[in-house]
Amino acid sequence: MRLTVNGHAHEAAPRPGQCLRTLLRELGWFGVKKGCDAGDCGACTVHLDGEPLHACLVPAFRAAGRAVTTVEGLAGPCAPGDGVPDRLHPVQAAFVAGQGFQCGFCTPGMVMTAAALDRGRVRDLPAALKGNLCRCTGYRAIADAITGEAAPSCAHSPPAPDGGAIVSGRARYTLDRDLPGALHLKVLRSPHPHARVRSIDATAALALPGVVRVLTHADAPDRLFSTGRHENPADDAADTRVLDPVLRFVGQRVAAVLAESEAAAEAGCRALIVDYEALPACLDPELALAREAPLVHGARQTGEDAPPLHPHPNLAAEAHGEVGDVAAGFAEADVVTEGTYRAQRIQHAHLETHAAMGWRDPDGRLVIRSSTQVPFLTRDALCTLFDLPREGVRVECGRVGGGFGAKQEMLTEDLVALAVLATGRPVRWELTRTEQFTAATTRHPMRVRVRLGARADGTLTAIALDVLSNTGAYGNHAGGVLHHGCNEVIAVYRCPNKRVDGAAVHTHTLPAGAFRGYGLSQTVFAVESAMDDLARALDLDPFELRRRNVVRPGDPMVSTSLEPHDVRYGSYGLDQCLDAVAQALAEPPPAAPPGWRTGSGMALAMIDTIPPRGHFAEARIALRDGRYFLSVGTVEFGNGTATVHGQIAAEVLGTAPDRIALRQGDTDAVGHDTGAYGSTGIVVAGQATLRACEALAAMLKQGAAARLGLDPQACRLDGDAVAAGAARVPLAELGTLEAVGRADGSPRSVAFNVQGFQVAVRPGTGEVRILRSVHAADAGRVMNPVQCRGQIEGGVAQALGAALYEDLRIDAEGRVATPSFRTYHVPALADVPRTEVVFADTHDSVGPLGAKSMSESPFNPVAAALGNAIRDATGARLTATPFAPDRIYRPINDALDRSEGERWT
Amino acid sequence: MDLDGITEVVAPRARAGLPAWRPGDAWLAGGTWLFSEPQEGIGRLIDLPSLGWEPHAVTAEGVQIAATCTIAALDRLDLPASFTAAPLIGRCCRALLGSFKVWNAATVGGNLCLALPAGPMIALAVALDGTALIWTPDGGERTLPVRDLVLGPQATALAPGEILRRIDLPAAALRRRAAFRRLSLSPEGRSGALVIATRDPSGAFAVTVTAATRRPVRIDLAGIPRAEELRAALAAAIPDRLWYDDVHGAPDWRRHVAGLLAEEARAELAGGGA
Repeated sequence: MRLTVNGHAHEAAPRPGQCLRTLLRELGWFGVKKGCDAGDCGACTVHLDGEPLHACLVPAFRAAGRAVTTVEGLAGPCAPGDGVPDRLHPVQAAFVAGQGFQCGFCTPGMVMTAAALDRGRVRDLPAALKGNLCRCTGYRAIADAITGEAAPSCAHSPPAPDGGAIVSGRARYTLDRDLPGALHLKVLRSPHPHARVRSIDATAALALPGVVRVLTHADAPDRLFSTGRHENPADDAADTRVLDPVLRFVGQRVAAVLAESEAAAEAGCRALIVDYEALPACLDPELALAREAPLVHGARQTGEDAPPLHPHPNLAAEAHGEVGDVAAGFAEADVVTEGTYRAQRIQHAHLETHAAMGWRDPDGRLVIRSSTQVPFLTRDALCTLFDLPREGVRVECGRVGGGFGAKQEMLTEDLVALAVLATGRPVRWELTRTEQFTAATTRHPMRVRVRLGARADGTLTAIALDVLSNTGAYGNHAGGVLHHGCNEVIAVYRCPNKRVDGAAVHTHTLPAGAFRGYGLSQTVFAVESAMDDLARALDLDPFELRRRNVVRPGDPMVSTSLEPHDVRYGSYGLDQCLDAVAQALAEPPPAAPPGWRTGSGMALAMIDTIPPRGHFAEARIALRDGRYFLSVGTVEFGNGTATVHGQIAAEVLGTAPDRIALRQGDTDAVGHDTGAYGSTGIVVAGQATLRACEALAAMLKQGAAARLGLDPQACRLDGDAVAAGAARVPLAELGTLEAVGRADGSPRSVAFNVQGFQVAVRPGTGEVRILRSVHAADAGRVMNPVQCRGQIEGGVAQALGAALYEDLRIDAEGRVATPSFRTYHVPALADVPRTEVVFADTHDSVGPLGAKSMSESPFNPVAAALGNAIRDATGARLTATPFAPDRIYRPINDALDRSEGERWT
Repeated sequence: MDLDGITEVVAPRARAGLPAWRPGDAWLAGGTWLFSEPQEGIGRLIDLPSLGWEPHAVTAEGVQIAATCTIAALDRLDLPASFTAAPLIGRCCRALLGSFKVWNAATVGGNLCLALPAGPMIALAVALDGTALIWTPDGGERTLPVRDLVLGPQATALAPGEILRRIDLPAAALRRRAAFRRLSLSPEGRSGALVIATRDPSGAFAVTVTAATRRPVRIDLAGIPRAEELRAALAAAIPDRLWYDDVHGAPDWRRHVAGLLAEEARAELAGGGA
């Protein structure tokens, strides 16, 4: 059939069941993204004869003889592979001006949808955009870009350098390139929560046309690793094989099929005959440590971070500690509050699913192009797993379509590498959205028992935490999340007596892993809810209770150990944050619908700006032909590092960010980079960039001073020259110079977040409406206010999803019951209020140019603040997230009935 | 998504060109559901839009809606002012989980035949006395009230090889006053309970409950009931096992809020006279 795409005529022969999305990508239009492939996320929106449609739902044959416009051609006709157009479409320009994107993966679909809105639809954006999901921004910047309220970015907030490429669909994500001759990989997954593979018969599969190879555990290295990646690989238990004959969760890989097409690979998977020996499974974390519980692993090596102290093999990690005397602290308390809180399993839902490509380069090197936050650690893990030298493996990233911790794991690269090594051919593997829900990682579900004691004046006398974390079938991040989750949450409070008892247990469920907040969101929900109860019991204002107990500069930061550590008060703005939110919540709330109950609530969170025990980065800056080339290892996945690294370099080198060419996310770029996790993209990698640039600046001044016969101190960098008084030495005359900067992630500082809500709750139905949302953050010096505000808005929105809607449910057979966006509700624009963002005015002595991290932490106080507001409005203390109407209407009605009863008795 | 099990697409231009139905066939209307999930066991698609049915027709008897009429075309339909229940159409379109982009492809017939509890076209057609015209595989036709077409989640009274051709909404039903209420776990989410109440110029009252129940429930009463009468009628018509249970709402909540919404709708119609 013939069709026209962006004015370009194509002859195409779609397969009978093919959808338009994949056809367009096969024709080279990579701006058409796959977020869900099911019509829910809108990332593949195109116009068919001018009508906006989800390309994944359009049968390809229906495009015969018709005209398709993709995001590449919105501004005018073009051919596949053409560069960014000189003139953007007004909607594209508005998205650039308003910074209406972070990772940018949803942006092509957002732009194509926005471009099709008439005025009526623009007036009702919540309905108009219900078919477009963004996981990064929290939608405020998108809404402003569409309605024209976007303020142009100011000098302090230069726009993202790839803005034009992102809004016009030219930014290249992991799979946005041709890989001629590539085999397609598909995986057969376990139908059982616990089973042993007796045999796999691949005869029928191999007989199918297009099927090239079947990989089973017999082909996999007999070697254990952890999908979780840390600077020290021993942090996480080595308990995982590339392909394992023992299956420990529904969805685990059983075998991989390599074929000439995805369809053939899928057919191959269906044709595999597997003989399973089903084994008893342990699905309930509360029962995992029972003597008779089915064992997930036998006795084995455990991770070095928070290793278990007790012998039960289902224990993945433990954290215990006490300072002072907690029993005595409770004995001297005038008031004790306690509660048990449950934080559910949630999925990161980054719009770009996990995906990787692999091939041999002309030198025979194994190259893996992957959607990862940790290219260097992945390379090292592949080297260990396959006995390859470091110089024999390269891991590179395109732009990465969101991560939120999910890509601090090696979930695809190991199998793609095995497939390349086994076949010698290029291989590509893209997870489906359903595989994201059923076989990738999640937040650790936790049960947190918290007990707080205080004197009548509000002074805390004791804090006790008892945490049960469900790490699922594998121990990736089990110890780290437990350890971190029990740390800053109580270190923020000055209290002489603290005790933590924590355990992470194995169950036969899909593995949990790193997730934004790294354990803190679950424990902060518990502790900050309990603090609210304590304030009520003491008849104290919740802000006042915090002010009386939070640490201040000079106080030791202690969780459960008095051991020295490298965290210091590089700056302190928690007091400002508390005051800002208190002031906002003191104002009367916006009007609520008649009959709804209103209330307000707050919560705080502290976070160390860098993960402990070393986080390394290297940056190289070169001057060649008068131009600057900056290489960093850290990856851009919506965290904004591409912008801020350019800003740092520009500030030090006295030039503009657009004069810095940046290369990042490639093991060939620099020597080492621990990775973009733990909110380190600016505070560690940026530190390395700062040091490299300072070294280069010194060299440039030296060079210019020598020519001018002056003291280098008299020289300053000024755009494309080094200046001294009226004299100027052009950079181009200084030859080729290079400098390296390194950072080791120590010492560390602390950042703070305070969230406040005013809410309305509808008695009867359990509906919650957020009337006002205020978030104050101490991020040190805010390098890029527009971008940092976006990080906070996005964090609050993602946390509202966790607080109100999202729940990755596992049924009685261990299967995921929410395998799609249609069953797992990620916030859309309609679900997210505008959040007012206030920054504390501080300057950090530890971070680069005074900055602190601000990626994960805005997530952490949100659920507790919302629960506290609902408590204020209704009298109901909610102890489990999400606060979905069908789960909370009963406790709310019961509480309201009680208070009505009290009024009349 | 790509449906890799499909090996053939048939696009008939007229009824005579319809191939004999066989197991593994699927009628393709908008495709917005078929292409949204893997379709095990389907090998051939029979494209219904190729038949070129007029999307809709307004006659003295009421409104005829082709099964292949898109939600977008239905939403744009201009109806006479005497059709006082017409605003229900727009509200039911908005109740669709899919965005306006999905409206451009999704069809009224597809929504009915998918027979999900939350299908808003089911609510619309049942509340407005809709009748389904069905093509039978022997070349004949039959009609069936839509309230009897949908039997339960993804179950209809259509026999293999039968095609939903058209839905007729009678003018008398369109001249009723109507009240619409909908609730879901998130503001624009899939309906957890959808209630439509109507009142005839003669005073007759009807309430239709969908989304909260496994199949549509329609209760007809001679006049506006009192609140407790409506409560009793709902309890009598909807046994516990009929409340739907899935991730879009727990059954006890659906029962609770369906009662609240029905009472709101009743109260709205009780005001302002017949």
